[in-house]
Amino acid sequence: MADDREIAEIFKRESGRAVATLVRRFGDIDVAEEAVQEAFVEAVRRWPRDGMPPSPAGWIITTAKNRAIDRLRRESTRDDRHKEAVRLAEHDEPEEVEIVEDDQLRLIFTCCHPALAVNAQVALTLRLIAGLQTEEIARAFLVSETTMAQRLVRAKKKIKANKIPYRIPGDAELPNRLKPVLAVLYLVYNEGHVATSGEELMRRDVATEAIRLARLLADLMPDEPEVIGLLALMLLTESRRRARTGSHGELITLPDQDRDLWDRALIEEGHELVRACLRRNHPGPYQIQAAIAAVHTDAATAAETDWLQIIVLYDQLLVFTPSPVVAMNRAIALAEAGDVSTALDDLDDLGLAGYHLFHATRGTFLERIGRRSEAAAEYARARALTSNAAERRHLEEKARMVASE
Amino acid sequence: MTQYLMSVYYVDGEETPPDDVIQEMYADVNQLNQKMMDAGAWVFGGGLHTPDTATVVRSQDGEVLTTDGPFPEAKEQIGGFWVIEADDLDAALDWASQATIACRGPVEVRPFQDEPEA
Repeated sequence: MADDREIAEIFKRESGRAVATLVRRFGDIDVAEEAVQEAFVEAVRRWPRDGMPPSPAGWIITTAKNRAIDRLRRESTRDDRHKEAVRLAEHDEPEEVEIVEDDQLRLIFTCCHPALAVNAQVALTLRLIAGLQTEEIARAFLVSETTMAQRLVRAKKKIKANKIPYRIPGDAELPNRLKPVLAVLYLVYNEGHVATSGEELMRRDVATEAIRLARLLADLMPDEPEVIGLLALMLLTESRRRARTGSHGELITLPDQDRDLWDRALIEEGHELVRACLRRNHPGPYQIQAAIAAVHTDAATAAETDWLQIIVLYDQLLVFTPSPVVAMNRAIALAEAGDVSTALDDLDDLGLAGYHLFHATRGTFLERIGRRSEAAAEYARARALTSNAAERRHLEEKARMVASE
Repeated sequence: MTQYLMSVYYVDGEETPPDDVIQEMYADVNQLNQKMMDAGAWVFGGGLHTPDTATVVRSQDGEVLTTDGPFPEAKEQIGGFWVIEADDLDAALDWASQATIACRGPVEVRPFQDEPEA
């Protein structure tokens, strides 16, 4: 017998696919979403009594399709465009709705269309592709449910009014159109991983969701090395999750992590993907970041890290992404490789004053070359600039340690 | 098909480009207009005189008032526009990309509310 929890699981797994299928059929996101919601309401009513259908996903899609046709038929007396949709739905396709995997890919490109603001892209992707409820997305991004609902309504209105197409971009446009898609997934993952704020449990769900979406994208576009690179980067970052916080929620940075807590299965999968990317030899920023994560997870202890390899990879990354934050990470690798004074000079040239990680990094460098009072001042500056409680405690601890030495 | 308004913006009061640049711009815009017509995307388009030639008419308390000057108080003003017909936003953005290069200014794309008669 199907219980509510099982149906909720199926909703999470299948609603994205169902919505995408219906969007293709009816060309309207609202119609698709509402019909899929209604189908699940119907499932909650019927499945516990009648038992689970042989193909729950197929049942949901067929039921949703019938609901959508009912709705369009009701509205068609007022609106001729809908009449056309009903005609198409009734005559041009067989009763059973075929599930086309490309449907979700099409819809991902719609959700991440460059004409939409980034926060709308993120919200739409989580809602339409991942099947999260508006309230869940709002909680993960610390805005009110009303604000999130308005953001979604506005984005859907823009899609409809502008006729933003449901289409996989052609080869010529693909590199540019893939960029925001990857950026959205990475942003969603980081929101779950770095946890600028928000409820711990919800954030972990969001990170899991981002990985699921990256896997989906990798299944749909297996020939895009950057998609594989992004998935590898997420898996390798995720592999360290358990080691990243202590028993009181305090932050544990890479050198101090208990490497036995790292998830070997995720690391192996990530390494395999990185090797596949290297074989293909079409490097890009996500692949290089994944390669850097692979070097870290390859070392049995922090001391055994191949920092020279990491410096080379950061140099490659700087070609694609010449940002001061990337340059800061290169300086950190250089300091780890032993040249702290050059690293400090490089760091000071980046113009990153006011960014909390710059001050924390500067503190570490100064501490290492024995300028302890300056180091303590940098830790205090960094602490004042971050709102994450775990990071604040971590920085307070470092400031205390350097002062007491 | 959907109709889109493509407005070309510029900053009022900014120095006008030298004559040869303006001539080049006109030539590029004419070429793009012809391309739009050939593709069946063209509905209407043209350049406007500067905002200081504008007059605003509004109805207030049952009376119609006429005042001198442009309506928006912003520095950014419309210098010209196109109305085009396109299958979807991607097609419209493709025209807009060519338009911004031809006009040397940012182009805003907005869909019209009603679908044109088939």
